[in-house]
Amino acid sequence: MSNVAVADAAAPSTAAEPFLIRLGAGFVSRLVIIVPYLWLLFFFLVPFIIVFKISLSQTAIAMPPYTPVLDFSDGVSGFFAGFRDLNFDNYAWLTQDALYFRAYLTSVVIAAVSTVLTLLVGYPIAYGMARAPATIRPTLLMLVILPFWTSFLIRVYAWIGILKPEGLLNQLLLALRIIDQPLVILNTYTAIFIGIVYSYLPFMVLPLYSSLEKMDYSLIEAAKDLGCPPTAAFWKITFPLSLPGVIAGCLLVFIPAVGEFVIPDLLGGSQTLMIGKTLWNEFFANRDWPVSSAVAVILLLLLIVPIVLFQHAQARAQEQDK
Amino acid sequence: MNTTWSRFNITSITLGFAFLYLPIVLLVVFSFNESKLVTVWGGFSTKWYVSLFHNQGLMDAAWVTIRVGLISATVATVLGTMGALALTRYTRFRGRVLFSGMIFAPLVMPDVITGLSLLLLFVAIGMDRGMTTVILAHITFTMCFVAVVVQSRLVSFDRSLEEAAMDLGAPPVKTFFQITLPVILPAIVSGWMLAFTLSLDDLVIASFASGPGATTLPMKIYSQVRLGVTPEINAACTILIAIVTVGVIIASVANKRREVQRQLDERAAQRG
Repeated sequence: MSNVAVADAAAPSTAAEPFLIRLGAGFVSRLVIIVPYLWLLFFFLVPFIIVFKISLSQTAIAMPPYTPVLDFSDGVSGFFAGFRDLNFDNYAWLTQDALYFRAYLTSVVIAAVSTVLTLLVGYPIAYGMARAPATIRPTLLMLVILPFWTSFLIRVYAWIGILKPEGLLNQLLLALRIIDQPLVILNTYTAIFIGIVYSYLPFMVLPLYSSLEKMDYSLIEAAKDLGCPPTAAFWKITFPLSLPGVIAGCLLVFIPAVGEFVIPDLLGGSQTLMIGKTLWNEFFANRDWPVSSAVAVILLLLLIVPIVLFQHAQARAQEQDK
Repeated sequence: MNTTWSRFNITSITLGFAFLYLPIVLLVVFSFNESKLVTVWGGFSTKWYVSLFHNQGLMDAAWVTIRVGLISATVATVLGTMGALALTRYTRFRGRVLFSGMIFAPLVMPDVITGLSLLLLFVAIGMDRGMTTVILAHITFTMCFVAVVVQSRLVSFDRSLEEAAMDLGAPPVKTFFQITLPVILPAIVSGWMLAFTLSLDDLVIASFASGPGATTLPMKIYSQVRLGVTPEINAACTILIAIVTVGVIIASVANKRREVQRQLDERAAQRG
């Protein structure tokens, strides 16, 4: 805000013109807030309220396929009377059918395990990049980002040809006589793990790299000089200092992975169970909008804590950059 | 520096990049396969590219995708840049916490939730689903990515330049267009590119938001992949990869050149 104060002090108070300009600028600056704010309110927040509303309605054979609840068409009194018609059957249905509970549980477990795997794969890469000669670091960084620019769908699709029973991986292993029966990887949870680690690796490597690159490596030298073994130096110095990157990377992988649809659908086959796929099927195959809304509401409640953590981490990183 | 870049570091980077790139390379190689089997090499051929260009369905979908991408990325860049300015320049306004929440949450929100909620909104306001709704949906989720990219540039921006311009009597709006905008332009351009690729890439949100007549390329590829892997899809993917790779390389070369020019200018300014 300091620039406004400076502008005020500097503005010559001779004519009405600067006042008009200031008024215009004030309007423009308010517009900078108002336009994106209204857009996000209408297209991001309001839709969630609608999802919540529909999750409390009943399935009906109509278009749209649900009975309206909490409608303002009957006026305000009708709106409040509508509270009596609220219907929690969809949520009760979710608790009665063990399928949903298992889908939520497996999704969280799969996302958590894949997050740890991605961290294990990504950390050495980020560390190697951070210690690389400064001249080649920008190139390495671009090489990590480049696959992220190529389509997610394509990268998942590429693994089908590799993992299927007569695929390239099995051909290679059979030719090398490491195995004599093709491995069944496609359409199992293993394939989902591979798919998530592969697709989300850049999201893990980038925050890790940015915190490892800022680190002062003379600390490691000092620890070594004082007789600290390298592994102990890593756990006592490097890892704690890279913790902001670890947290940001893990959240960036974990949260979207819980609701992932493309990877379990293409690599996991019909035998695997994940909540993103369940929601998709509820909606597109069963055309049950109220139940899929209820599934979405519960999924959102499940993710609200990690999402808030992520926002805090982002805000803190932003403060530090200042 | 050579001693610190140990053999361990080199090995982990090499293996990491092999893991990242091998599947893509294999996909590209097998798009030139003569055989209809995707995993058995039957000799070099470009016939799948020829048949691709005769596949009217794929071509139509590609055209829809490009139009959606261009329009949504452009609007998202304007809205996202405004959002970034609001976040960095105005530390205090009513509802700022909610605002920053709405900027950051879509970055990690699972696609199925965003897609479903937008679809229900479109139904609630009685909007016919088609290309317009896909564009609106894409603007909404990509503008947040633009905001984050532009914001990271604005945070490190030297405010004294703006203050100097305004001390010299430039009105704030003129200051923005003559001083601020040129400095943050590289971030705005990469924000646009990110928004465009995200839009090009999206399957889930588009599937929810779209209606009959507006099939995007990922939707088309997805429906064909479900029927089985075909070399034609490999060819389509290869073309997409080639376009994106060339785009990213051009952008980074241009960026580097601008950076070098800027450093030269600064040095000249210091000397003068």
